[in-house]
Amino acid sequence: MTNDRITLDYGSGGQKTAELIDSLLLPAFDNPALSPLGDGAVVEGQPKLVFSTDSFVVSPWKFPGGDIGKLSVCGTVNDLCMAGGVPKYLSLSFIIEEGFLFSDLRRIISSIAEEAETAGITVVTGDTKVVEAGHGDGIYINTSGIGFHMTDLPGRTAIRPGDHILLSGSAGCHGAAVMAARTGMLNENSPLISDCMPLHRLSAASLGIGGIRIMRDPTRGGVATTLCEFADGMPFSIELNSSDIPIDPPVETVCGLLGLDPLYCACEGRMLIVCAPEKSEPILDALHKIPGGENASRIGTVTDEMPGKVLLRTSIGGRRILSRLSGIQLPRIC
Amino acid sequence: MLSEEYFKNPQDVPEILRKIEHCADQTGPIRLMEVCGTHTMAIARSGIKSLLPPSVELLSGPGCPVCVTPANVIDMILELSRDPRILIACYGDLLRVPGSSAPRSLITEKASGANVAAVYSPVDAIRLAEAHPELEVVFLGVGFETTAPGTAACILEAAALDLKNFSVLCLLKQTEPALRALIEAPDFLVNGFLCPGHVAAITGSDRFSFLPEDYELPGVVSGFEPADLLVAILKLASMIAEKRPSLVNEYTRLVRPEGNPAALALMDRVFCPADCEWRGLGRINGSGYEIRPEYAPWDAVPKFGLHVPTPREIPGCRCAQVIRGVLSPEQCPLFGTVCTPGSPTGPCMVSGEGACAAAFAYGS
Repeated sequence: MTNDRITLDYGSGGQKTAELIDSLLLPAFDNPALSPLGDGAVVEGQPKLVFSTDSFVVSPWKFPGGDIGKLSVCGTVNDLCMAGGVPKYLSLSFIIEEGFLFSDLRRIISSIAEEAETAGITVVTGDTKVVEAGHGDGIYINTSGIGFHMTDLPGRTAIRPGDHILLSGSAGCHGAAVMAARTGMLNENSPLISDCMPLHRLSAASLGIGGIRIMRDPTRGGVATTLCEFADGMPFSIELNSSDIPIDPPVETVCGLLGLDPLYCACEGRMLIVCAPEKSEPILDALHKIPGGENASRIGTVTDEMPGKVLLRTSIGGRRILSRLSGIQLPRIC
Repeated sequence: MLSEEYFKNPQDVPEILRKIEHCADQTGPIRLMEVCGTHTMAIARSGIKSLLPPSVELLSGPGCPVCVTPANVIDMILELSRDPRILIACYGDLLRVPGSSAPRSLITEKASGANVAAVYSPVDAIRLAEAHPELEVVFLGVGFETTAPGTAACILEAAALDLKNFSVLCLLKQTEPALRALIEAPDFLVNGFLCPGHVAAITGSDRFSFLPEDYELPGVVSGFEPADLLVAILKLASMIAEKRPSLVNEYTRLVRPEGNPAALALMDRVFCPADCEWRGLGRINGSGYEIRPEYAPWDAVPKFGLHVPTPREIPGCRCAQVIRGVLSPEQCPLFGTVCTPGSPTGPCMVSGEGACAAAFAYGS
């Protein structure tokens, strides 16, 4: 017997979400632009276009380092960037719950305007719906974006043993900050802030150097789940060294308290890059010069030791397999 | 005293491993059991099993509170959650535990409209009761001595507030009676115990002295960093090699011989020992806690006239043997095929602390 209703796990970005896509969505809509399941689709045009959409339901709607408005711009901008695009046009749709404060809506709109300007994207169309009190969690936002396609990325099939894995900054800040904000653990002076930021400068600099097989922003499911998606069913494995993965001490502390694993916590302003080994140093040098890329690091290597798997070398030299996030991350008991 | 940093990134791992191997060479195969879910997770995350010599085997005992809760008790909870006047508040890892007809669990009941909320602390459940006077909030008090004091404090707070729409379904368990039952079972094959650091912080390390005294088995109260575990394994291996079992407290950073008297007093004020059903171990005398009659208004059992249905285990599921260390997770025919963290059949695959979930997530 299988589940007959949608549970929260289907929105986790992990295994259950993948099942939903494979069993329901791909069979209905499969086409060459959709089937690579990239962050954005590359479609015909002069030049070619990149197209992506994302919905934002984060609770609480404001968190240290951002709010749902900033997130709704960064999420779609970053998806366009990861597909090799330069962000251009954005649609903006609100679903607002009756009773939501105007002052809060103003703050969200001003975040959107500020972030769109930073990322060089223009809001060109939109929609607003209001639902009855009790039928929404304050505010939901959907954004879709169009970008000009600048660079063809070959994708995960081009990954080869010896390639390097780069991460543009520390892991798990956004997920940890939101979970901590949800439990009331944070105040305004807290050192834990979301990494939410647009990646257009970091991605443009990396693409300018070349040698990139695939780029992805590790949102839901975190760094571990994204790397599992790269390796799944492929003739290579990915080996990470835990001491090379930057994790901010406040993230480590909060994850320890809440029973979470930083490698499975979402990032909203980081990118994972798989690149040819000779390009990793020049890419890292370029990233280090851009705000938000100062802590970019090489976190692992592609090997052929255990095809299809992601392996982690632990701090004491042990080794374990990383698997995809299976459902929503749940706090543990002790 | 060694710093916290040492315990996270010890520099002398190769030396410790050499010493463990040396002990194992003298003794032959060593089977050690951890009886704390957080140890299971810490062992899996640190990759310790991949470093130990093959002759040293680590087994997961009945240390995950979710895993030892029988399916029939979960069935009773699911039945309770279907009452629209009730809001079930529980720790997150209880949400996915299937009852005897998987995949029905609190998370599927929630999708069908049940009022279910994951909380980090029983105090959050009290706040929910205050915010929802129209609902009866039932907190699922699951755990060992570690979570018992918080649950007791919460019942006292509800009593002080005279909160009428709040109660606790007390499923708390005691570690010692379960360990005794495990050791006295005919298929017991363990040479030493990694004793639970969090439990011992409450009960005191002295509570585990019965291991050497009554059963001539060594025990080490251990912390949760990789070095804590390695040092504890080494101490157990050397006591086994020297045939001098005793109880050692490795976690002196946190654990005192006498434990936490304030927490113990709270527990004693609110709870009394009671017989209790364990998945895999059956009914064990005096192994659980019951809310004392003076706090009956906050006890969900009399309040809702609850009766635990007859035990009905899940077909094919070997959680009962896994919990006793008789089978490893991979030896269960459902492991990784029918039973995965995404759609668990048995409780050991559900909780992050469960032996099967740890084996699945971190490989072995």
